[in-house]
Amino acid sequence: MTNPTSQTQSPPASATPGWNEVVADWAADRRVFQVSWRKSMMWIFLLSDTFVFGCFLTGYMMVRIATTEPWPNVSEVFALTMFGQSIPLILIAIMTFVLITSSGTMAMAVNYAYRRDRVRCAALMLATAALGASFVGMQAFEWTKLIEDGVRPWGNPMGAAQFGASFFLITGFHGLHVSAGVIYLVIVARRVLAGRYERRGDYEIVEIAGLYWHFVDLVWVFIFAFFYLW
Amino acid sequence: MTHDADTHHEPSSFWTRYVWSQDHKVIAIQYTLTAIAIGLVGLVLSNLMRLQLGFPGRFDFIDAAAYYQYVTMHGMIMVIYLLTALLLGGFGNYLIPLMVGARDMVFPYLNMLSFWVYLLAVLVLVASFFVPGGPTGAGWTLYPPQAILPGTPGTDWGIVLMLASLVIFIVAATMGGLNYVTTVLQARTRGMTLMRMPLTVWGIFTASVLALLAFPALFVAGMMMLLDKLAGTSFFMPAIVSMGRELGHEGGSPLLFQHLFWFFGHPEVYIVALPAFGIVSDLISTHARKNIFGYRMMVWAIVAIGGLSFVVWAHHMYVSGMNPYFGYFFATTTLIIAVPTAIKVYNWVLTLWRGNIHLTVPMLFAIGFICSFVLGGITGLFLGNVSVDIPLSDTYFVVAHFHMVMGVAPILAIFGGIYHWYPKVTGRMLDERLGRLHFWVTFLGTYAIYFPMHYLGFLGMPRRYYSFEDYAFIPDSAQDLNAFITVCALVVAAFQFLFLFNLVWSAFRGKPAESNPWGATTLEWQTPETPPRHGNWGEALPVVHRWAYDYSVPGAKRDFIPQTEPHEGAPPGTDEALAEARP
Repeated sequence: MTNPTSQTQSPPASATPGWNEVVADWAADRRVFQVSWRKSMMWIFLLSDTFVFGCFLTGYMMVRIATTEPWPNVSEVFALTMFGQSIPLILIAIMTFVLITSSGTMAMAVNYAYRRDRVRCAALMLATAALGASFVGMQAFEWTKLIEDGVRPWGNPMGAAQFGASFFLITGFHGLHVSAGVIYLVIVARRVLAGRYERRGDYEIVEIAGLYWHFVDLVWVFIFAFFYLW
Repeated sequence: MTHDADTHHEPSSFWTRYVWSQDHKVIAIQYTLTAIAIGLVGLVLSNLMRLQLGFPGRFDFIDAAAYYQYVTMHGMIMVIYLLTALLLGGFGNYLIPLMVGARDMVFPYLNMLSFWVYLLAVLVLVASFFVPGGPTGAGWTLYPPQAILPGTPGTDWGIVLMLASLVIFIVAATMGGLNYVTTVLQARTRGMTLMRMPLTVWGIFTASVLALLAFPALFVAGMMMLLDKLAGTSFFMPAIVSMGRELGHEGGSPLLFQHLFWFFGHPEVYIVALPAFGIVSDLISTHARKNIFGYRMMVWAIVAIGGLSFVVWAHHMYVSGMNPYFGYFFATTTLIIAVPTAIKVYNWVLTLWRGNIHLTVPMLFAIGFICSFVLGGITGLFLGNVSVDIPLSDTYFVVAHFHMVMGVAPILAIFGGIYHWYPKVTGRMLDERLGRLHFWVTFLGTYAIYFPMHYLGFLGMPRRYYSFEDYAFIPDSAQDLNAFITVCALVVAAFQFLFLFNLVWSAFRGKPAESNPWGATTLEWQTPETPPRHGNWGEALPVVHRWAYDYSVPGAKRDFIPQTEPHEGAPPGTDEALAEARP
């Protein structure tokens, strides 16, 4: 899937800054964005996926407003007892920290990819994948704990039935995204190590995987804000 | 998935060439034939409904449950699996790469996948006819709570398969849409600026963007309803007593489903309409030998309609019980969207004005489109107003409106498009006489079907009812009209088989076509071979020097100048030739 124009990515020298440049890009022939096909398609896909999560979260807010039962107190539901104390939202805080950290390692991986440092790049990608996997692991733990507490998609002892339904649907769908991202990262990291992109002289795919990963993190921030903090 | 656009390896075996094909033209034909096949099912279902309405009680096998199943499946098949798939997957796949001067879609493998996933969605949908309880009878809008509760036909398996099929379709549409959008934005040939693209590409491109942003809402609604049905959640289900038994559901919001559904559903109208707008613009310009009037306004109107289509959805919900103040907002936006739409209609008419009109079959269909679309559009203004909508909302007036505007009009544009591009696809012309007969019966027939429905609606005849006996407010004459509509519907449906016969017969026996039989300017008519081979353009990609509408240019040798022809004085292919003269 090499793009015949992907090697020449520098913008034309005559381009004027600011809005003129935007107008020049949209008025040009051949392509609008000075990026490869792969990267532009990833951006468009992420835009579409934004609408998926946007609808999930809007739907969740609307059922939360509509339901007749009181909403469970999230800081109690998501509290863990550690060292003899009940700490609200501690697991979610750790999960969020882990996922945000993984964004940092991903960004470093992209940096090393463009420096053609294969080993560091692959190591950081695998670290990112490991952080992502541990996120999913903690999510599995969280699910298990909630299920033990009696939370089900169709009801729970703490309050509105929609709590469990929205929780499992939204975090489940996000967890699937993270899991897919972990697999994606491992595949790309293996190819980095094997030298596939070195031979092609093009490490862009690492950056594209990074785009997806940062998006998944960003979505989590919104889920965290709207589901756990509200 | 490694693939180089410039060194296409032409597939050699039958399987890779025609079945597991990654060529956008073959995929387009696969999409088109699948959509036509499932569309025939939808057509037959509509006739079965009409048999019941025209001659109630005469056909034993159509009981109330079967009737509702026909209604539901007819609606869903026609809107999603026929129109959306045919316009984006069929026309989009065939025309985008050819019209923008690309060798293929940017990701051919993904494109192939898109078709096979679409086929899977169709098969899952068809499977619902054969499961216990039959397909769902919830109406094409699938409103909960009734869609998943006993009493509605097909609540065991039908609704599950319907939702599953929709989710699968959305995956296919996303894979296709990503390809179409990226190809238009990033893979055009030299000289092909956005403002030189034919309006067909603009229409399909904008519709693909709408699809990528609107289908997520349907996806979410589908997932939530599947959970409501299978996992006992209550996203859309309030507390309900059903069959004397209190159900486990509690506290859900049926309105949420309607919002999600119509947030998808209204852009969906324009996903179907915008490609039709584009196709009709090109047909009219080509066959009237005249440049399209107000090209830039036509483009901006398409973009404006696309944007506005996301803020009008709740005009489908005036009687839903939502906050009445919403109606004020949504009525206003709905009336605003009429402005760019009216611009398009005026521009079509002004393109025809003093044109050298060739009444070819594609042109007849294009003009037929304008007539149907204007009628359906104007009744849309009626229904966009809350105070007019409320009395008319559940009557046949609405049935007439949306069939005119998004049933008949797009299908006329599709027919026009098929008659227009068939010679490029097959290298043979469709039979002209059969085409004319097909046009007149279809055009006049659909008027005969839907025009009286406006009147029935004003009489207060409710839509969705299985039978109309013993309603004091419906006069007996309404029944005569219903019988008349049914006869017309049967005739129109029968003549579609004439069209299919024409398609098949002409593929083998049709008059051989030249490479550019209509004298059109756009790139797809300038391919080295007809039908275009794998890779489309032979050795070198075409270079574009002008817009798509240089018809009847004063002083020119012919009455059209292909987009590939340089301006006089400029050496071909140089940057000066490219830089000069915007249209």
